[in-house]
Amino acid sequence: MSISEVHITRTRDVEPNASAQPAHPAGAPLVRGLNPEVALQLLQQSGHGALPGEPLSDAWLQALIDALVDLSSRDALTGLANRRSFELALAREIDRVARSGEPALLLTLDIDHFKKVNDTHGHAAGDLVIQAVGRALADTVRPMDLVARVGGEEFSIVLPNCPAAFGPQVAERIRKRVARQPVDIAPGEAVAVTVSVGGAFAPQWVRTTARLWMDRTDLQLYRAKSEGRNRCCLEPTAVPLVSAEEKGLLFASSTFQDFS
Amino acid sequence: MMAAVPTPTQDKAGAPPAASHGACITAITSGKGGVGKTFVSANLAAALARQGERVLVLDADLGLANLDVVLNLYPKLTLHDVFTGQTKLEDAILPAPGGFSVLLAGSGMIEYSRLTPTVCDQLQDVIHRVRPRFDRVLLDTGAGISDVVLYTVSLADEVLIICTPEPTSLTDAYATIKVLATTQPRRLIRLLVNQVQRPGEARAIRKQLQLVVDRYVNSGLDKPVMIELLGEVPYDATVRESVIKRELLLECAPGSAAAQAIVAAAAKHLAG
Repeated sequence: MSISEVHITRTRDVEPNASAQPAHPAGAPLVRGLNPEVALQLLQQSGHGALPGEPLSDAWLQALIDALVDLSSRDALTGLANRRSFELALAREIDRVARSGEPALLLTLDIDHFKKVNDTHGHAAGDLVIQAVGRALADTVRPMDLVARVGGEEFSIVLPNCPAAFGPQVAERIRKRVARQPVDIAPGEAVAVTVSVGGAFAPQWVRTTARLWMDRTDLQLYRAKSEGRNRCCLEPTAVPLVSAEEKGLLFASSTFQDFS
Repeated sequence: MMAAVPTPTQDKAGAPPAASHGACITAITSGKGGVGKTFVSANLAAALARQGERVLVLDADLGLANLDVVLNLYPKLTLHDVFTGQTKLEDAILPAPGGFSVLLAGSGMIEYSRLTPTVCDQLQDVIHRVRPRFDRVLLDTGAGISDVVLYTVSLADEVLIICTPEPTSLTDAYATIKVLATTQPRRLIRLLVNQVQRPGEARAIRKQLQLVVDRYVNSGLDKPVMIELLGEVPYDATVRESVIKRELLLECAPGSAAAQAIVAAAAKHLAG
């Protein structure tokens, strides 16, 4: 059963002797231990509209749960998927790639010199930059792609069914889109923002782990950073060849003198 | 003749299989072809069977199977028939000389040499179904680093790489280790060096492979890949004779140095 099919059941529906208990005082929770007040406050604070239906009705409770699930899978600052829901999506994508063999790309992006923005213009400006980058990323990818904020100034994007040949183009389009648009941090004041992008494709047909896949993209992100930032580095997709350097070490004469 | 399909027994003496739910599954691969992968698979299986293990060799070289050639078998029923639903799995598991069982790919598998979701599912299903019936399952994969080979290896509990001291074989073994390390969570890779000219050569090869892996592969991983030497099989003229006669080395020249080396590797394999 998928999570979307789970409906909660109020205790009075499952306990035959529920009617023998004293009637609930008006406004008291019908589900044991559930206090909807805090949940409603959280939803209100995050800008969620009123829930449909009679308060505490089945439909209302279901809508409350749906809204809370949505809230707990999003990043508060950007409204993008948060790290938790991103890792779930990544695991699902790995299963899909192992089954279907369709290529899938994972990109990890980091805002360049973000600390400088924070230090020079303050945290409020830093937040505006993060929000603007988040919007730029969401605008640049397909609806089926998942954009997540996975850390302070770090974002990840899962791109299902992305052919290897398009990988560099997609990454480059995202990088350019961010670099093109300075972020307004105060009236009349804008800062230029760039991102470094690392990417790797999931190994087709093979069940890998989310950790391994993320490590591989992180390695490419590190490469992009160390090669000067504001650039994309994707792991080469062909079967990794053995370089002349590696062969040199492999056949180092010491190998065959090691025993005598 | 031994039963082709042993029934699962709970009270079998000896070491329990590695996986609690049945056989320990070992993928045997090489990168380069022609290094004696199928020869090692068949003789290792015979050596394991002699130790009392219920062993199955599954010919996972779907495109160019040749386990039947090595064992001089003319199977009527193969994996192909299982995949196409023309026979039951039980009927395609055949007894082989040497006291182990085989599931041969047979000819006509060319349509399976490319991985599709159907082939993935069928291979996984067959492995799932043979697991409870044996103590050891050896998957004799094809040469190369194709998607079928990588997928087959990903289904196994352990991987054993066969190489020879030749530079081309070493390069391909290294390439295989590199691809496995970066795409699969497995961190222990076993190595068996075939056609060794001088005793101790395999130890030096393992050491050098580990050195290159440490420098070029492990530097990018948070948990390092370790290469463990399972054994070395000396170059031995009797091997060629047994291959040409299409007999198991363990049967036609059990006293040969190569046969002894394979028995020793099997003992080490059983010890974990």
